[in-house]
Amino acid sequence: MSEIESRGYVRPEVLVSTEWVANHLNDPGIRIIESNEDPLLYATGHVPGAVEVDWTRDLNDPVRRDYLGRDGFEALMRRIGVTKDTTVVFYGDRNNWWATYAFWVFQLFGHDKAKIMDGGRIKWANEGRPLDKQTPSYPASDYKAAERDDKRIRAFRDQVLQHLEAKKPLVDVRSPDEYSGKKLHMPEYPNEGALRGGHIPGAASVPWAKAVNPDDGTFKTAEELRALYEGDAKIKPGDDVIVYCRIGERSSHTWFVLTHLLGFDKVRNYDGSWTEWGNLVGVPIER
Amino acid sequence: MAVPDKLTDTLETLEMVPDRSERIQLLIDIAGRFEEVPPRLARRPFAAEHQVPACESEAYVFTEPRPDGTLDFHFAVENPQGISAKAMAVILGDALSGAPSEQVAEVSQDIVYQVFGRELSMGKSMGLMSMVGMVAAMAKKQAEAKGA
Repeated sequence: MSEIESRGYVRPEVLVSTEWVANHLNDPGIRIIESNEDPLLYATGHVPGAVEVDWTRDLNDPVRRDYLGRDGFEALMRRIGVTKDTTVVFYGDRNNWWATYAFWVFQLFGHDKAKIMDGGRIKWANEGRPLDKQTPSYPASDYKAAERDDKRIRAFRDQVLQHLEAKKPLVDVRSPDEYSGKKLHMPEYPNEGALRGGHIPGAASVPWAKAVNPDDGTFKTAEELRALYEGDAKIKPGDDVIVYCRIGERSSHTWFVLTHLLGFDKVRNYDGSWTEWGNLVGVPIER
Repeated sequence: MAVPDKLTDTLETLEMVPDRSERIQLLIDIAGRFEEVPPRLARRPFAAEHQVPACESEAYVFTEPRPDGTLDFHFAVENPQGISAKAMAVILGDALSGAPSEQVAEVSQDIVYQVFGRELSMGKSMGLMSMVGMVAAMAKKQAEAKGA
């Protein structure tokens, strides 16, 4: 049994170790993808053979606050040489925060042959593994994408309002100060991107990074994660849960943990998150 | 209000590099020059009021007054992979330290797009703009104190 399998996850196969990635660098059935919070990082060196999928340039609509559509996803997959049979392995900086965000977007299009490299970029680098500055190029594939399906794992504003009115569980994964709406600065200092501070009424506070071990960025064991979410947040695998943060990026990390590591079967990411809710006319907040 | 000369020069230099890969390499090189706030000004744990809101790289801004009444700007970036934050800090520190506070107070947060281009995520934009905004707010406070 591998170390990852020994942690007790419901779907341990969704996580791979740095060692596994090192052993599959030349596997034609694998495409390694780096997705970072910092847009300059990939160019400083990356896992050999890894392509970059940049959130802004590759996954977002250039005009609407929305993700790319079927045509855009298809073009992306063809460009990075991914077929329906390719397993994509995501990794990145900041405890794989943006890697799980890219993983989540790929799930909107149903490409479920996807994994995350546990520990992300920093674990790979700290283990002294090679970093390559060369940008690889792969022969274009003939990938045919499905239409984007937002119903399963994505929540929108009106759904969130119905959810809270039905007193269903919400998890706010921002920092405690963001959750409480505490202003750290004098009024003339920059705000957090919203007119109002606080959280969606009824939301439990579980900062996203509590799901990883701070020393190496690996995910905590299933037992530790259950204590966090089923203990602190009082949610359980059969619940209908909505997670959110500020823009939906950190909450996709929590969506990944709940869905794939703990086996929750109905978790949706509210990507409008606090930048939408905190500026929205007509919705309640709590402090 | 005039933009500080050094900032204008820096932005023009960056705009002369339209190729994205070259611009990225230039910013990486700039980030390589980052020097943390000297211990005589601040030590860990850094005070919360110096932390840049909305910056996920946990950046901090500090000031040190010069004899002529202008400010030196110093920074800390706790995220070891916070290359963009470090590059922005170097640019702001070099271009705005010693500039008239009234001018620094008016520096637009939009310079972030002149430095990095428009292809920045919402979160990254907010964090970097917040750093610029904090520098401007500190300068404004200095300008008002001088004028009082």
